[in-house]
Amino acid sequence: MEAKNLKVPANSLRSGPDEKGHFGLYGGRYVAETLMPLILEVEQAWHKARDNEAFWDEFNALAKDYVGRPSPLYFAKATTAHYGGAKIYFKRDELNHTGAHKINHCLGQILVARRMGKKRIIAETGAGQHGVATATVCALFDMPCTVFMGAEDIKRQKPNVFRMKLLGAEVVPVTSGSGTLKDAMNEALRHWVAHVEDTYYLIGTVAGPHPYPEMVRDFQSVIGIETKEQMMEKEGRLPDSLVACIGGGSNAMGLFHPFLDDPSVQMFGVEAGGFGVDTDKHAASLTGGSTGILHGMRSYFLQNDDGQINEAHSISAGLDYPGIGPEHAYLHDIDRVQYVSVTDDEALEAFKMLSQLEGIIPALEPSHAFAHVMKLAPTLPKDHVLVMNLCGRGDKDIFTVAEKLGMEI
Amino acid sequence: MSRIQKTFEALKDKNQKALNIFVTAGYPDATRSLEILKSLPSSGADLIELGIPFTDPMADGPTIQDSSLQALENGMSLQGTLDMLTEFRKDNTGTPVILMGYFNPIYKYGCDKFVNNAKTAGADGLIVVDLPPEEDEELRIPAQKAGLDFIKLVTPTTIGTRLDTVIKNASGFLYYVSIAGITGTKSANIDEVAAHIKQIKEKCDLPVAVGFGIKTPEDAAKMSKIADAVVVGSAIVENINKNQSVSNIVAPLSEQVIALKKAI
Repeated sequence: MEAKNLKVPANSLRSGPDEKGHFGLYGGRYVAETLMPLILEVEQAWHKARDNEAFWDEFNALAKDYVGRPSPLYFAKATTAHYGGAKIYFKRDELNHTGAHKINHCLGQILVARRMGKKRIIAETGAGQHGVATATVCALFDMPCTVFMGAEDIKRQKPNVFRMKLLGAEVVPVTSGSGTLKDAMNEALRHWVAHVEDTYYLIGTVAGPHPYPEMVRDFQSVIGIETKEQMMEKEGRLPDSLVACIGGGSNAMGLFHPFLDDPSVQMFGVEAGGFGVDTDKHAASLTGGSTGILHGMRSYFLQNDDGQINEAHSISAGLDYPGIGPEHAYLHDIDRVQYVSVTDDEALEAFKMLSQLEGIIPALEPSHAFAHVMKLAPTLPKDHVLVMNLCGRGDKDIFTVAEKLGMEI
Repeated sequence: MSRIQKTFEALKDKNQKALNIFVTAGYPDATRSLEILKSLPSSGADLIELGIPFTDPMADGPTIQDSSLQALENGMSLQGTLDMLTEFRKDNTGTPVILMGYFNPIYKYGCDKFVNNAKTAGADGLIVVDLPPEEDEELRIPAQKAGLDFIKLVTPTTIGTRLDTVIKNASGFLYYVSIAGITGTKSANIDEVAAHIKQIKEKCDLPVAVGFGIKTPEDAAKMSKIADAVVVGSAIVENINKNQSVSNIVAPLSEQVIALKKAI
């Protein structure tokens, strides 16, 4: 990526957020005053880095040799044949070092934190993928790392907890609230308020106060930028549709953003439907939530009529968040991206199918994206080119899946 | 003159400082919460901060977090908080009550409807923790139009030109957060607080209340020497928690508030 890649014309769908961090109605900076000066400092440091070629040289060099970018764009021949419709490609971000796309924004953010002179890193994590990626870049740059993780998630994601500890991070169990990702984020914010001087909060998705949704998106955009180039090489044209799963929405934003101004490209964001969006056990903030303010941003949240935040539910810990990044909220309202949901059961079925069809065990998060591809692909003509972001690998999920399938490991 | 102004001026005439007591609405339950609220003025609370419970109170430590969740489990809501205030005002027309909370319940209720109903219920001001000056117009403008003071938080990190930004549209009083941290955790460094309040006073005529980390009458005594008001929150909520099973919960609370008032 280059600094100039991020400069877009003013009438573009890619020009957001405005200078106060708003995407239409959404985004902003709803944080306690103690954090405001620090948030402004992060914004300044990020914008300075973003406009600096040397910063991107450092990012690109590490992305290439440490992460293994570019990730391949793989034509899934067997899957395409099986569903008999659209030509299906997978963007293989599960092949990145640490096994998911999270490393992209962790690398970017730690470079910003270093430029700010911060001495330690904190992060929240749900499935543990962001926690592992954060612990990894902290090990690489020899910075102390504290990861807040819901006590419930610690139980669900033991392998990732162990990985973080191996990498030298401290994992703090969060028992407040429902003990999941939203509570981990509350706790990280509380910790940050008390350690503003020396600490950088490395947020794990395109959420939180400005500039995080913009900054994380720009680091993740490497996914879409590569996809565009690789698709030109393979098909000589733009894809017709893009599919990605959404918790907070970082992998989807990274894939979608470089294509927002290409009107022929349809986009599908797949939310976690849990037991079904007509039940109270799901994590589909756009499909089943309403606008509100939490974690520093205005967006869509699962909440009751009194504005109290509901607990999210998903089989996938990484999607188990009752909100969504503000730019997704905006793209939803203007109808640029179609947001759909799939249930736990559909995701499980997709997990098995992808493993068997392609020999790729996907994480439960992109299994949601694949569940939608399974529905969509057969309805599309054979010359329709579809790209799904395979944003994480499933090693971490084998215990959850085995339990659901009633199998012993 | 507003109730908040009257209270600060009357105390100033007597050369006294104000005691602000924070309680979570609906804690430990709706009935006892109202009893506690009604008892506070006669025990010595000059102003009351009534916390609107929220599921995700990001600036609060475990004590106030737990109180909010329990209040919500017992059925408290934003409307319930306003109803409680309406009840309180049947016997008390002199003590200022400031509604304190997070923006989401207010946003969901509707900003215009909220400020009108809060005013009718007898509120005097608002403190909304996660609404910095950059985002506050949506609520501040209708609130001030309705005659509610919009009380700003000033923190140890509010320095230089940031201070001007924060105090610009403040009214009622300023709430100085004495520590960089969450409620009910560490204690403040009194010399640093004093120095910062001195700078604030040079720029702004509003009374300054100090809160966060003030637990004991001794803490309150020290802070009252350098500020116009002292806020005690977590220590009060903790005392309610400790006495949840006592038949008369008001008695130990009154004792605590009397001791705090005596100290300042």
